[in-house]
Parts: sequence; structure tokens; C-alpha cells
Amino acid sequence: MKEFVPAGADLELRGIRKEFPSFTAIENLDLHIPAGEFFALLGPSGCGKTTTLRIIAGLEEPTSGQVLLGGQDITFTKPHERPVNTVFQSYALFPHMSIIENVAFGLRRKKIADPLAKAMDALNMVELGHVAERRPQQLSGGQQQRVALARALVNRPSLLLLDEPLGALDLKLRRQMQIELKAIQMEVGLTFLHVTHDQEEAMDMADTVAVMNKGRIEQMGAPEALYERPKTAFVAKFLGQSNLFVGEIADSSSDSLSISVAGNRISVPKARAEKQAGKIAIGVRPEKVEFHRTEPAAASHLNILGPGSIRDIRFTGVSNQYLIEIPNVGEVTVFAQNVGISPVIELGEKVWVSFKVEHAFGLADLPVGDEE
Amino acid sequence: MGIAFSSSAPKQSGSPLKSGKIVIALMLPGLLYLGMFFMIPLVSLLVTSVETPDASGAIGMYQYSFDLSSYQHVIVDYAPQIGRSFGFAFVATLIALLISYPLAYFVGIRLRSRPLIQKLTLTLVIAPFFISFLLRTIAWKQIFADDSATMNFIRGLLHLDPSVHFLGTPGAVVWGLVYNFIPFMTLPLYTSLERLDLRYLEAAGDLYASPAAVFRKVTLPLTMPGVISGTLLTFIPITGDYVNASRDFLGGPDTSMIGNMVQADFLQNSDYPSASALSAVLMAVILIIVGVYVKRTGTEDLL
Amino acid sequence: MRKLRLGRLVLPLYSVIALVYLLIPIVYTIAFSFNDSKGRTNTIWQGFTVAKWLDVCARPDICSAVGTSLIISAISTLVATVLGTAMAIALVRYSFRARSLVSLSLFLPMATPEVVMGAGLAGLFFNLGTGYGYTTVILAHIMFCLSFVVVTVKARVQTLDPVLEEAGRDLYANPTAVFWRITFPLLLPGIVSGALLSFALSFDDFIITYFNSGGSVTTFPMYIYIAASKGVPAEANVIASAVFILAIVIVLGTQVASNIRQKRLLAVK
Repeated sequence: MKEFVPAGADLELRGIRKEFPSFTAIENLDLHIPAGEFFALLGPSGCGKTTTLRIIAGLEEPTSGQVLLGGQDITFTKPHERPVNTVFQSYALFPHMSIIENVAFGLRRKKIADPLAKAMDALNMVELGHVAERRPQQLSGGQQQRVALARALVNRPSLLLLDEPLGALDLKLRRQMQIELKAIQMEVGLTFLHVTHDQEEAMDMADTVAVMNKGRIEQMGAPEALYERPKTAFVAKFLGQSNLFVGEIADSSSDSLSISVAGNRISVPKARAEKQAGKIAIGVRPEKVEFHRTEPAAASHLNILGPGSIRDIRFTGVSNQYLIEIPNVGEVTVFAQNVGISPVIELGEKVWVSFKVEHAFGLADLPVGDEE
Repeated sequence: MGIAFSSSAPKQSGSPLKSGKIVIALMLPGLLYLGMFFMIPLVSLLVTSVETPDASGAIGMYQYSFDLSSYQHVIVDYAPQIGRSFGFAFVATLIALLISYPLAYFVGIRLRSRPLIQKLTLTLVIAPFFISFLLRTIAWKQIFADDSATMNFIRGLLHLDPSVHFLGTPGAVVWGLVYNFIPFMTLPLYTSLERLDLRYLEAAGDLYASPAAVFRKVTLPLTMPGVISGTLLTFIPITGDYVNASRDFLGGPDTSMIGNMVQADFLQNSDYPSASALSAVLMAVILIIVGVYVKRTGTEDLL
Repeated sequence: MRKLRLGRLVLPLYSVIALVYLLIPIVYTIAFSFNDSKGRTNTIWQGFTVAKWLDVCARPDICSAVGTSLIISAISTLVATVLGTAMAIALVRYSFRARSLVSLSLFLPMATPEVVMGAGLAGLFFNLGTGYGYTTVILAHIMFCLSFVVVTVKARVQTLDPVLEEAGRDLYANPTAVFWRITFPLLLPGIVSGALLSFALSFDDFIITYFNSGGSVTTFPMYIYIAASKGVPAEANVIASAVFILAIVIVLGTQVASNIRQKRLLAVK
């Protein structure tokens, strides 16, 4: 294969703050991405993730804070002097140049020898060598996206930034590109920073995911860790779905604590709770919850709620989703994997729900609406 | 002019506008130029308009002063020209609007399905622009000359007296003005109509509106910016025109406009204060009109 | 049903009539360039000849007037295009205070009657004591062309997505390289349009030129105006027709060329 730089460089953001005249996009950002990692920055529109990307690329200057690449302070270095390249959301291919000239653009600016040959290698890597002489307008969205990738990668940057590059592609193409991107990253060993609002995409591709909300990183870690143990209400609801129950911590034993909601006891292991006193929100993922037609026997390792009634049943192919209303508690969502035998249940039937205590998580904050 | 009103839809990606010192480098030369050669001449006009004839009585020599007699002179003595200029401008603009709107509608809406033909037809509309406007006017002058074939034909058709003439009458002047300024009216109208989303018209039709009602209630209001823009860009230059009204072209002894008097005073009589005062009066009226327009619609869409 | 179909014919029919009306003086002018006129008068048809086309400069003052016009228009266009392009880029891409004032200052020259501008400029030069000549005419022309260049180029700049320039910077192009390799090539069609418009306006200008030429400079339009009272010779028609045909060929040519290019691009997709 081709010799690329064995690994990318470490990226570090220290105390980054970005203020615009009318609002503050980034409050206070600290980030460390080890070299060679595929890192995803996940968040809803307006959370500041694109601004973060632009600050790293050099297209914006932070109001305060530092950007360090491989230990070097590049906070005020101009974008054309940084060893960082970006794959833009709209691809930004130059319409007045051929594909191969597009890919060779960066090489020519840096006066690298043999730009066309290297550009051709990069195009072949994304399997588009045959369109080298065409213009961007003649390519499909997926092809343009791959050209944009080749154009960035051919420069062997220490860090590659991807700004929602798959947003404009249809589902099937997107899945395909996710696999390809991940494969390329592992092959070339560069550091990738991928910005997206699609949580499935982030969890699928990234080694580490950082969830961003309103200019701050709320939680960061491996996808499974984030999913199985969200620490804030935002992460619990943004990454996948959650059932949340709020109450005063009433009871605590040596390894777990509980709240009481409408007479039902809900426990969470202390090791999985972000708070130990006061009002807490305890949650569980819908696929961890079961429902029963008869009241299950009480057990210390189970949280049992009910009785309630089935409000809605939805079939999504992979699973059945049940919405169960429990008086004075609220709505509980249950996902049941479609294994061929669906329980014959009707709307309005009386059911109880249960889930294992070890699957519960306790949040550091309360969901909006339940605050003091 | 056509390209000045081309309808390319803006495609910004949403990045905030930049600021920096380079703006000064980009804007300054042009602004200085405008300041020097547009603003200052206007000020110079005002200064000249209040000058007073030199004590020596020599022609063309004036002293700085604050003498408003020139204004009194032009407003009183040139009242017919002033009235005529605005009258002609009003009539000519109205006729130009009535002629141009259907044409612009045809090209901007009906021809949308055939872009090449649309562009070619638009080129035909602005084609008169490519021939010297003096020669265009002379062409009409010769076509409507008292003894031309056209006039003989018309006189025969309408059983008119042989002494009936067209040239030299206000009608001829207005005819010339309309012809010469139609492109200025048509292009803003075209731009407005070309951008009109046809789905609005379809929705109106779907809601039981007759074609006339669709036009009155949907098309016309939505293309009003183009109408106003075209009206301004036609009316204002016409008020200052003098070629059409000149006796060497389509005018006669009773058709002189403001422009003719300014030219006569400035270039022939060396009566600079009068010429300047008249220009200032004209400019003042125009500034009022533009001011009203800007107040209502703001300055972003001006250019 | 039939009523509807007839109704739909009204507009195209009207448009044809309107177009014919618009083209009458053009046809007349071109036709009379082939008139076998004797002397200066060119009002009565005396026979078809191409003699005037072949020997356009038989009257030397016509060709020298055209030459003067060409020089003045070329220089004015050059300066107006450079200044105007810079302003257009600044207006679209940068935020600065006094935006409204600048927009207004650029709009006013387009809305000001030529007599006012002509008299004003002439007055300025008179008060400065510079005398009249080539320079004053060129300075005047640059002034009124500037706004039109800005409007034309501005429209083109607005279609230029700034992300392309950001991509350039991201790919190691310094600001100079970004301008010459990305911004300028993409703006070029608009800049050329602006330059062509400026040239056309300058070449055809009469009123402002007349006020500021002082008698030593005669442009083509001035020649015609002065000749109007005595008789405009057919050679003037020849020149005007030639300019017209050239302009039409350029405009139609570029439209057809871009149409073909569009079709070829999309065909390969």
C-alpha cells in the first residue's frame, strides 16, 4: 500500500471559548484526541460543533483558549499553514477545475513533486480514477463526497476534519460510506475528527464519541460506555431513547440507592449513579425493559412498576415498540426484539413492567421540566 | 443594462460576513472616486447656482456669493419646461409600463420552459440598446418626417389634412422617450417576473380565482418591486433628457424640457448659475422621490 | 375550450408586435447604411450600395471620432471595472458600518439625470480650472460606469459560495493564491459582463461627454449630434450597424456557447 504518515498527531483544545456578537457559540471546551483515533463530535444543530471544527481548521479564531496539535500551539496559525484538512459538508469541489486538478490543488500549493501522479493514487484509493478528467458537476453526490475525501487525504494531514460529510447521501449510500470511511481511517492511521448530528453514525464509526450541547461537551467516551451509562439527561435522550423517573432519594443501601415513584421502588447501583443525595433522575433504555400480563414477584435485583395499560403498539420491522401508561408515573417505552413470536396483546390491556437494577443509570441533572 | 438586472439567485452557505482592514482597501478607491466625481460636482452645482454675475459684466464671469436670484429666475421663467418635463416623464413612463409589462410577462413567465428561446428573446428586447441612441431617434425622425412615406400613408388612412404633422409635437417627443426608455422599464420587470414562483399562481387558481383575479391579487403585488424599480429608473432619467425634445431630433418650438434649458444656459449662454440652479431643482425633486422609495423599502435592494 | 386557446395566443401575438416595434429603428438604420446617398443627407432612399461599407473612412472625421470613442471607452472601462469589482466583492462579503450609505452612493449615479451629472462635472472642472479634454471626459465616464459594474459583478459574487474560498485556504492556498486561483476565475464571467456593459454605456454616451469635452474632443455620438442638424452621412449608419452586429454576435454567441457547454456537461453524468 502507500506509505502514509504512520499516525496522525494529538489534538488538544484548552479552555476554548467563542463569542459572536449576538450569542456565545462555545462556552468552555476542553478536548483531547489521541493520535490515530476516529473521534466523533456529536450534537444537535446549533450546539457549536461546526464552530469547533472551524476553529481547529483555522477558519475561525477563538475568543480565548488554545489549540495544540502534536504539542504545538496553532491557535493563531493561518489555515493555509496548518497541517489540517477538511472535508466540507457541501464538498466544496472547485467547479472550474477537473477532478484531478481538484485533488492535486493542495499538493500544488505546497509545491510537492509529482502532484498529478499522487492525485491519481488518491483517486484510485477511492475508486474514482476513471473520472479524473471530468468536472464536479458531472458527478453524483456520493462520487463528489469521495473526491472531497481524496482531495483532503492526498495531503497526508496530521488531522482530518469531516463536517457532516454524509448528510446529503441517501440511507444506503450513507451506510456504505460509513464502512468505507472507517476502513480508510484504519488503513492510513490518521486522526479523524468527524462532526455529525446522527448518533447512529457516530456510535458506529467512532472510537470515542463526545456529545456536545449548547457550547459544552456533556459527556465523552467509548460509544458503548456512553450508551449504557449516560450521565446527563441530554445525553440520555439524545443518544438513543430513555425512560426517566424522577424522585427524592429515599433509601440507600451499601451498593444501591432508590427513589419512590407512586409507590413503586426504583433502584440504581451506587456505582452507576452520578448523585448520592437529593432529587435524582433514574433511567433505563427501552430495550432493557420487559412487560408482563400478571404482576411479577418482587425481587431485589428487579425494578417493577405498575399496573399500567398499553397505549400504543408500533411495529418497526426489527422490533415491536410498546408505549405503556402507568398512572402517576408516566409513560414507559418498551422495545421488544422481533424474534418471530410476538405476544398477543391488545391496546388497553393491563400490564406491569420490569427491568434489572443493574441496567439502570442515575443522571447528574434532571430532565427539563422537573427541575426545582 | 440587461446584465445589471440579471436574476441569479444568491447561494450563500451561511458563513458570517467577514470584517477587517481589507475592506478599506477594497472600498476606498471606489468611494473616493465617487466622492470626488459625483458628490463634489453636486456640491459644486449648488455653489455655482448661488453665484452672482461679476461686477465687470463680462459674460461667463461670476463671483462667489449667496444670490438666490437664479432660483427665482428658473422657477418662474422655466416653469413651462419644468412642468413639461415632469408631464412628459409621467406620460412616457406610464405608456412604457403598459407596453413593457405584457412583454416582460411573456418572456419571463411563458417562455420559462424554453430557456434558450427566452434568452434570445430577451436579447431582442434589449437590442435597441446596442445601436446608438441618437441614431435610433434620428430613425424615428426620418420615419415621421413631414413628407415621409409613413406620414403620407397615415394621412391617407385617416383622411387628414396634408398640413397635419407629427414631428415637432409633444406626441413625437413622448413617442421617442417611450421608445428609448423601454429597456429601462422592461428589465427590472423581467427580473421580477422571471423569479416569480409559478406555484403561487397555481395555488390561486386552485382556490377558485379567475385569471384576472390571479393577476390582480397575486401576480401584480408580487412583482411590485420590479414595477417600482422600473418606474424609478425610467421616470428619473426622462425628466433630464433633452435629445428627444431637441429641435434637431423630434422636438419643435414648444417642446423644450429642463435639459434643453440647462444645455442652452450652460453651453451657449454661459449662464452657469441658471443652469446650475435648474439642475439643482431637478435633483432636489429626484432626491425626494428616491428618499420616499428608500424609506419604504430600505437600501439593501437598491443595487 | 376554443376561447381559452385563442386567449393564450394574445400574449405571444402582442409580444411579436412589440418586438417588431422595438426593432424598426434598428432595421431602418441598418438599411440606410446601404443607401446610395449623395453628400451628407441620408433621408431618401436612392439605391442599394455597399460602397459606404467598403469605404467607411471616406470622411476622416467619422473614423477619428470612432477612434476617440474607442480609446475613451477602453480606458474608462478598465478603471471602472477594477474599482467596481473591488467594491462589489467588499459589499457582498464583508460587513461594515455605513453600508446603507455606500449602497445609496452607488445607486444615486444610476438615478441621476445625465444633464445634472454633466453640468455638475463640467462645473467642477471649471472651478478647478483644469480645462476640458480627454482627461475630463474619461474621468466623467469612469464615474457613471462604476455603479453599473458594481451591480453586475455583485450579482455574480452573490452566486459564489464562500465555502469554496475556505476550501482553498484549508488546502494551503495563501490569500493571494485564493484570489487568483479560485475567486477570480469564478467571478470572471461577471467581471466580463460588467466590463462589456461599461464599454457599451461609455461608447454610446452623449450628454455627459458633450458637457465635458470642451470642443477639442469629438466622440462618435457627439459627431452624430452635431451632424444631426446638417445631415448625418450614411457612413455613420455603417459604423453604428457594425457595432450593433458585433454586440449582438457577442451576446448571442456567449449564450449559445454556454448552452452547448451546459448540455455537454450534463450529458456525461
